[in-house]
Amino acid sequence: MEFRDNKAIYLQIAEYVCEHILLGKWKAEEKVPSVREMAVELEVNPNTVMRTYELLQNKNIINNKRGIGFFIDENAIENVKSFRKVQFMDDELPVLFRNIYLLNIGFDELKSKYETFVKVNFNA
Amino acid sequence: MIKIAYTLVYYLTNTVDMIQINNLNFGYNKHSPLFKNMSMQLSAGHIYGLLGKNGAGKSSLLKNLAGLVYAQSGTLNVLGFDPKKRQPALLEQICFIPEEFYLPAVKIDSYIKANAPFYKNFDHDYFNDLIKEFDIPVGQKLINMSYGQKKKVIIAFGLATQAKLVIMDEPTNGLDIPSKAQFRKIMASALTEDRCIIISTHQVRDLDNLIDTVIMLDENDIALKASVEEITEKLTFKKVKEIDASIIYAEPSLSGFNAVMPNFHQEDSKLDMELLFNAILAEKNKFKPYFN
Repeated sequence: MEFRDNKAIYLQIAEYVCEHILLGKWKAEEKVPSVREMAVELEVNPNTVMRTYELLQNKNIINNKRGIGFFIDENAIENVKSFRKVQFMDDELPVLFRNIYLLNIGFDELKSKYETFVKVNFNA
Repeated sequence: MIKIAYTLVYYLTNTVDMIQINNLNFGYNKHSPLFKNMSMQLSAGHIYGLLGKNGAGKSSLLKNLAGLVYAQSGTLNVLGFDPKKRQPALLEQICFIPEEFYLPAVKIDSYIKANAPFYKNFDHDYFNDLIKEFDIPVGQKLINMSYGQKKKVIIAFGLATQAKLVIMDEPTNGLDIPSKAQFRKIMASALTEDRCIIISTHQVRDLDNLIDTVIMLDENDIALKASVEEITEKLTFKKVKEIDASIIYAEPSLSGFNAVMPNFHQEDSKLDMELLFNAILAEKNKFKPYFN
């Protein structure tokens, strides 16, 4: 995994986990990699992964079953979506809006671009 | 009851700190002290990144902890021992990987036979796993290996001792690109709750995601000791187009400036360790109020 420069590592790891859930690679009730496994795979400090897992636990995306490990919550997909939506609205949308405004891009043009993007990438 | 509770708290806080440094005064000669009244506590369960300019005393601090040099005054407590007494019960719990080292003209198996018995918890299987992971030619004499290969041998040996205190001076120097990634993976798995790892480095880009607490030495003392979480809670690191009054320190970059400023809006930025290093060197007094 390649980390970006502009966001805390523990949040980037949270995005990585959320992405796996949204793409269906990790399914509800399944065990997620242990803190140590994840730290080794991503070459980061285990305390950073622990911080990520605490955050995801607070958002009801994963659960800690004592003594066994962390598991994907049964409502993880919905909870990921609401967590990511808040992040998107607060952090990413203002940047996007700024560029749309500066470059004077019309919503019609955006809409057709968006529809093509969805068709190409998600076959919807 | 209150007294018992107090004693318990005292006991707990004392066992959590693996290393206590109190008013340490150290120098290689009387007229130029390296550390003046330095105090600091370090605990298990962390990877500390020790940073400082050349000559700031990183290696000397590490040597003090391992009992390899003696301070003029002050006290040092490492796992309940005074390291300068060099008691075997302490030394078997310390793994020290120096920047410069000597390995004899023998093969790995003889080296292990001669040195592993000093460490009663030495894990031979783990050592063999690490040697394999690092791709070390086992049939070759240590003295004929490249610097990087030798370094990997002593890192593997050091971690296989299962020491509680792991001290590494510039461990990534001499490692090739794939070995650096292997090193990061090995260190991520080596950190346990009862282990304290201290790594001194100039190569912060090699290690910045591994370090959870930064210790920076400057001007005979500790200029900063704070966790990455604490630093990014108080400061934010970002690219800006223009300098304004809120910025504490900035360096020009391709697209504007890389800047450090107070974290007014609770942003979760990524700590830029190199920028922080330069910022503290340049504006030490401006950062002091944030960390106390």
